[in-house]
Amino acid sequence: MDKPWNNKAWFFVLPVFLLVALSAVIPLMTVVNYSVQDTFGGNQFFWAGTEWYTEVLTSSRFHDALIRNLIFSGIILAIEVPLGIAIALSMPRKGIWVPVCLILMALPLLIPWNVVGTIWKVFGRTDIGLLGYTLTAIGVEYNYVSNAVHAWITIIAMDVWHWTSLVVLLCYSGLVAIPEAYYQAARIDGASRWKVFRFIQLPKLKRVLLIAVLLRFMDSFMIYTEPFVLTGGGPGNSTTFLSIDLVKMAIGQFDLGPAAAMSIVYFLIILLLSWVFYTVMTNYGVERGK
Amino acid sequence: MLELNHVSKQVGRETHISGVSLSLERGSLNVLLGPTLAGKTSLMRLMAGLDRPTSGQVLMDGKDVTGVSVRNRDVAMVYQQFINYPSLTVFENIASPMRIAGVGRKERDRKVREAAELLKLTPYLERIPLNLSGGQQQRTALARALVKGASLVLLDEPLANLDYKLREELRVELPRLFAESGAVFVYATTEPHEALLLGGHTATLHEGKITQFGPTIDVHDRPADLVTAKTFADPPLNTARVRVTGGHVHAGERHLGQLANAPPDGEYTLGLRAHHVSLAANDRYQTALTVRVGTSEITGSETFVHLDPDVAQEGATSHWVALTHGVHRLRAGDSLTVHLDPSRYYLFDTSGVLAHAPAAH
Repeated sequence: MDKPWNNKAWFFVLPVFLLVALSAVIPLMTVVNYSVQDTFGGNQFFWAGTEWYTEVLTSSRFHDALIRNLIFSGIILAIEVPLGIAIALSMPRKGIWVPVCLILMALPLLIPWNVVGTIWKVFGRTDIGLLGYTLTAIGVEYNYVSNAVHAWITIIAMDVWHWTSLVVLLCYSGLVAIPEAYYQAARIDGASRWKVFRFIQLPKLKRVLLIAVLLRFMDSFMIYTEPFVLTGGGPGNSTTFLSIDLVKMAIGQFDLGPAAAMSIVYFLIILLLSWVFYTVMTNYGVERGK
Repeated sequence: MLELNHVSKQVGRETHISGVSLSLERGSLNVLLGPTLAGKTSLMRLMAGLDRPTSGQVLMDGKDVTGVSVRNRDVAMVYQQFINYPSLTVFENIASPMRIAGVGRKERDRKVREAAELLKLTPYLERIPLNLSGGQQQRTALARALVKGASLVLLDEPLANLDYKLREELRVELPRLFAESGAVFVYATTEPHEALLLGGHTATLHEGKITQFGPTIDVHDRPADLVTAKTFADPPLNTARVRVTGGHVHAGERHLGQLANAPPDGEYTLGLRAHHVSLAANDRYQTALTVRVGTSEITGSETFVHLDPDVAQEGATSHWVALTHGVHRLRAGDSLTVHLDPSRYYLFDTSGVLAHAPAAH
């Protein structure tokens, strides 16, 4: 018997193909194209092979920026995930305070990156900013323009202020989904608050935490706007992360080939690390069940 | 012994439990029978100490534990949902109450293996609950309650979410498992036949009140009032408004037979169990009643016939059902003659109190 052959499905899939092609595949291929050639303008291209990749991968400039990125993402995850869980745990489950808390939590998420950068830049100024002025007044010599540690602390504070809410909201949704009977059973068992967290809430939060960690990792690894607005990557190169370095290279120095090669490497690193996170977190605890 | 003295629970303006007094012996099986929202879970929460009663007293072995938190009571509970610690293996789950209680490792291992053997969980001890079937998950929860050796074991519709076959199996095993522990054993269910199968004592609950408490068979055979009889009937109790004159029962103009030991003349509500409506006449089922068939459901060995009784015009106060053995092919709308045995009639007076019950079998 002949199967009826229906090509209409293609019409429905086509828009997605076009969208993905235009938004992802074609730009990515352009970057690949740039990364293996050299150009001096005038639309003249010369084959360069893996030259740019070798250059990027062996340059100390790239290594330093990569290490900064890794440290930054590490700090961000170490602060935002536990803090997010803690806030979610202390939020009310019932009553009129629920919407109030949710809206308060959602507010920072609605603010664009550059606005967050500007807010904190002004906030931290020693002459007109509340934070900078207060710190100076109590004797702390706070200056993000000249002190690298202060610049880092300020950027981390910005990110924590901006994005911890995301972790909070994800965890809160996970916590609310735990049936009341689990808590009852734990109370009857005489389990302590910590044991309830460790053996009921944390395991039940595993899935949302996976999403939270992945999102926060990818996003913090792509940090750009905050250091760009605050100090433009300074003082010195202390807050020059991969993305900032990339822009400097591509637009500042117009080294399109190396910049393209770096983009590809950058992209692959994020992909690889996300995959590692995903695999580790989904496999944790599963092998015992097999 | 667990005693409740006039225990009430008020939540906001709603009364969840009102004036419940019960006394449950150690080593006894007690069934709380009532429809959904009758207050079974609320009452169990009060017994466990998860909630504090608004008024009244809870005594355990003569000691007042009304205000004592559940943590400091000796209670085990199993729920309708399968509640286990999600990240722990079956073994660790069963061992968890003993770990909290500080039982030694050897003793713990021995007890876990014993309970696992009883509940047929031995092959699954190293698995995590999520990778088990519903029946195995619930058995894990039961094993956890069992090893705890608590003096009060509360089972809140523990078999409701299991498939038919598993329920049958566990229902037989449960009383045996817990009987040896000498605990006060309380089992909540919505199903009358589950109460009958479990035996022991039954308390029927209706709108937060205990309507009757006694040996299960007695409550079933001699319900104190109409509400209890209705609670303890599945399919629902067939009822009709009747008048008794000199032992003769009439529904409107229709004569429904004569009773021995009849109550005084007057208005009553007739109660008749579905399996006492027969399709065949014999020397006991002599009162014929012509009805119209509504729908009929065949379960294999039995047929439920929903009737559009002619008694409807003559005082039926419920939709009547006949439960008969064998498979009967009946078409909706067919005219059918059913037969009643007057010696199976319950009569409740106008205030709902039992006035006449069938003699024991």
